[in-house]
Amino acid sequence: MLTYIVRRILYAIPILIGVNLITFMLFFVVNTPDDMARMQLGVKYVTPEAIEKWKIERGYDKPLVLNENKDGWRKFTETIFFEKSIAMFIFDFGQSDDGRDIGFEIKSRMLPSLAIALPVFVLGLMVYITCALIMVFFRATYIDFWGVVLCVALMSISGLFYIIAGQFLMSKLWHLVPISGFGAGLDVIKFLVLPVIIGVVSSAGANIRWYRTIFLEEMGKEYVRTARAKGLGEHLVLFRHVLKNALIPILTGAVVVVPLLFLGSLIVESFFGVPGLGSYTIDAINSQDFAVVRAMVFLGSVLYIVGLILTDVSYTFVDPRIRLR
Amino acid sequence: MSFLNRVWRNILYVNVCKRSQVSQKRQANNNLLSLVARMIKKIGAVLLICVLIRILTGCGDPVVWNNPHPTSESGQNILYSVFTERPKHLDPVQSYSSNEIQFTAQIYQPPLQYHYLKRPFTLIPSTAVDLPKVTHYDSNDQPMSDGATSDDIAYTQYEVSIKPGIFYQPHPAFAKSAQGDWLYHQLNDQDLAMVYKLSDFAIMNTRELTAHDYVYQIKRLAHPRLHSPIYGLMADYIVGLRDYAAELRNAERSLEGGAFLDLRKYFLGGVEVIDDYTYYIRIRGKYPQFIYWLAMPFFSPIPWEADLFYSQKGLVEKNITLDWYPVGTGPYMLTENNPNLRMVLEKNPNFYGEFYPEEGMPDDLENGLLNDAGKAIPFIDKIVYVREREGIPRWNKFLQGYYDASGIGSDSFDQAVQLVGQGEATVTDEMMVQGIRLETTVAVSTFYMGFNMLDPMVGGTSEKNRESARKLRQAISIAVDYEEFISIFANGRGLPAHGPIAPGVSGYRSGKAGMNPVVYEWVDGEAKRKSLQVARRLLAEAGYPNGIDRKTGSPLTLYFDVVARSTEDRSMLDWMRKQFQKLNIQLVVRSTDYNRFQDKIRKGNAQIFEWGWHADYPDPENFLFLLYGPQRKANNSSGSSANNAANYENAEYDRLFEQMKDMEDGIPRQQIIDRMVDILRHDSPWLWGYHPKDYGLYHAWFNNVKPNRISNNNMKYYRIDPLLREQKRREWNAPVLWPIMLVFLSAIGGLWPAVRAFRRHEKSAAIKSDMSPLI
Repeated sequence: MLTYIVRRILYAIPILIGVNLITFMLFFVVNTPDDMARMQLGVKYVTPEAIEKWKIERGYDKPLVLNENKDGWRKFTETIFFEKSIAMFIFDFGQSDDGRDIGFEIKSRMLPSLAIALPVFVLGLMVYITCALIMVFFRATYIDFWGVVLCVALMSISGLFYIIAGQFLMSKLWHLVPISGFGAGLDVIKFLVLPVIIGVVSSAGANIRWYRTIFLEEMGKEYVRTARAKGLGEHLVLFRHVLKNALIPILTGAVVVVPLLFLGSLIVESFFGVPGLGSYTIDAINSQDFAVVRAMVFLGSVLYIVGLILTDVSYTFVDPRIRLR
Repeated sequence: MSFLNRVWRNILYVNVCKRSQVSQKRQANNNLLSLVARMIKKIGAVLLICVLIRILTGCGDPVVWNNPHPTSESGQNILYSVFTERPKHLDPVQSYSSNEIQFTAQIYQPPLQYHYLKRPFTLIPSTAVDLPKVTHYDSNDQPMSDGATSDDIAYTQYEVSIKPGIFYQPHPAFAKSAQGDWLYHQLNDQDLAMVYKLSDFAIMNTRELTAHDYVYQIKRLAHPRLHSPIYGLMADYIVGLRDYAAELRNAERSLEGGAFLDLRKYFLGGVEVIDDYTYYIRIRGKYPQFIYWLAMPFFSPIPWEADLFYSQKGLVEKNITLDWYPVGTGPYMLTENNPNLRMVLEKNPNFYGEFYPEEGMPDDLENGLLNDAGKAIPFIDKIVYVREREGIPRWNKFLQGYYDASGIGSDSFDQAVQLVGQGEATVTDEMMVQGIRLETTVAVSTFYMGFNMLDPMVGGTSEKNRESARKLRQAISIAVDYEEFISIFANGRGLPAHGPIAPGVSGYRSGKAGMNPVVYEWVDGEAKRKSLQVARRLLAEAGYPNGIDRKTGSPLTLYFDVVARSTEDRSMLDWMRKQFQKLNIQLVVRSTDYNRFQDKIRKGNAQIFEWGWHADYPDPENFLFLLYGPQRKANNSSGSSANNAANYENAEYDRLFEQMKDMEDGIPRQQIIDRMVDILRHDSPWLWGYHPKDYGLYHAWFNNVKPNRISNNNMKYYRIDPLLREQKRREWNAPVLWPIMLVFLSAIGGLWPAVRAFRRHEKSAAIKSDMSPLI
């Protein structure tokens, strides 16, 4: 298994270089270092000398990807792309364009993101699987039918609507929870209730239907008939046998997102005023802070690759037939 | 909370009950346990019903549940405000934008400030004893008499004397040991192991403010590692500042990266300390507007100790910098800086000796703005700024009483404001019931539509062309109805502009005297926009009868450059097209992002564009320089620091500007300004657009509010009534509990048939009796 993991990590390197290159290209197609300097220095009274000074200090005075004035390897190494990219592979994200340490910011914002994403993930998984199993248990009855109708209805509504409706009902109309914000210590719980409920409900339609389909497929298999023939109750068949055998597709969808939970949600964090990494990314895009955008995209790619590797590893735990070589 | 406890206990009882049922099945012979389980089940059910009844009757805990602020802050003398964008800089040498100055202006004290109540804006001393003593010098360095002309003045010296006995906020940079050694000026990794924020330093101290600190800060304008937005401007005026910057650049090269550059070692000729409480600034020539800069945070004091303290590498790595943790002498100090969530200002314990103004404008007494006259300020103990990115939560929290003041977004305008009488704005009945009041003020700003005077079509290249282009611009000025624009797109929050100067600034004229005769005529005591007939006639005289180019016979097409718009702004652009359509002119909108837009303006590639300006100080020079020839943006060596986006040039105007800018306010200056504005109206390089009005809503417990956008250190004058706020919050936010019960009952109601079906299924025989077995 170790060989497999090492091989997968080595595969990740060209992927990360590619992602980094695409991010770089996309960013500099719409922004020039001069634009970035003006954004940071303001609009009034900014002189060309000040812009030049800012670019030199932050290493944006060099060519983007090819330095014609240099020879050999230095043509490629003395460029913005190389200098800004190489340090990221040792997770040194450097400073944002406004001069703050990005690594420090990521560390301090990770927990608020996780405070929402983790409960949404765990609770969501429990609720979706339970609901899907109930619908499978009552398949071809009115519960299943109306359950599917409800799921389709939930899927059809925009995520933004859930947020606005949730804030309107839960906070504005019924005064049950704060409309947005974040707190320290146990005080944080009251701020998590609404985003977590909305996070779970907004994804319920698609997920429940997805798990229902998985379970229904399993229900038609022979081991289920065997279990019933043994005289097991339907609930035991479902929870003890079907659930276990359906874990592979469940893990495929679930484990891959576990590392990404650290990155938070762009929209939820913005609407609920959560100081997490999602809102950090939004702010960076708005202020054209390439250093932060690049760091967040890189981190997202790394975590996604980690998620994929973890998914493969998790298969070996739930299915003894699988061996990673 | 006792209610919640009971609910929780009840849930526990139900769980226990369920568990005991299982136990009963497994241990069928244990009758005692079975009996207990049944009893618990019954008691639990009774309790649950009681809780349900309590919830349904709405007798919940009176404490509000939706308070976003910590419960421990309830009833305290704290002002709650918001910020939408995190400030980039809190170092007064760099911070300039309004979202930064709202913090720095409360913390730092420049020598001067604006009188809170007087209008027009009046400068008064802050830390200074009096307004600076201004002396003019000739080229032989000899003082000149007051009546000296600008041409003869080689230098102007501003001598500032500050009050003794002013102290800095407590700060570790000032901490010393018993032996008098600095405690935190040579920190190593071990010292910093447990330091994550400024408050982690155990010992803090203070020291008295001196003139050296003001001089030190002026030197920082030229610091090679700092990017002061006003360095370029000040280097043109402050004697020796440009050479000083060059000297510092050389000095920095010999230092290790980021090491402390001690500015005290380098001499700046134009700024010197006379004694501990007096310093002077010497500028080139005469620049009367310089005194306004002395009321801005750029000219606040910075102690060298703080500069040295913050330059330590270990602190920089932990983001503990002067740009993040200010140190000032003002009424407030920043005690919590988490710009992703909230920023907190607390009363500076070392601040004293300033009092609420005892005089103001005639209306101020009637409006209760002099109720606290003569009392020591600040009144509020703590100001909490919460980061709110989205408008909906911000607005709702204000209505719930969790923010003390709010602006009005276009979405909530109709809910908040109604127009009564002759267009007078007031709050709606709904707001009035809540005790919310509206305060309005005309911002010292202008939003305009500019013509690029380098463009052959709207600017003109030859003399004849220029005349025709002028008439075209005048025709468009009449056709684009800014009264309608303000009504539709600004909810009436604006004044149609008749020239570049905003109301509240000297030189501005209102009424008939201030009317733009090119666009308006005076009818029945008010300015009325001229008819489209006049515009069409001008258009025909320009060579475009009925919008058709007389030379080519093709329809006249003009290009409007704007920053890329959201879908919401499309209607505004459609409206703009229709305004041009009135004259049969085709308007093509060229939408782009802000960077590209700025680039076009810098290169002079735009034809018609829209832009705005917010004054740095309340002097007409700060508006009129926007059309001063040498300030043109295109083909200008000073690049983006130039501000004449229309590239307008008029020799007479430029001559008058140079004369006016050095004059003191008075009738002669007003006459020159009138002449300049007349030239501009005639040439119409801008559609004068409008001056926006700021509308602010304030709760009944928020007092002493006189909004303005020029002075920013207003927090010290505000007073709130925390008890009234607490009472209203409870009144407005009592939790409504029936929805919880409804959800609960619906879940039970929905699941009950399912549970019954499940039981029936589990109890049913696998094979029905009337069927043959499979095997």
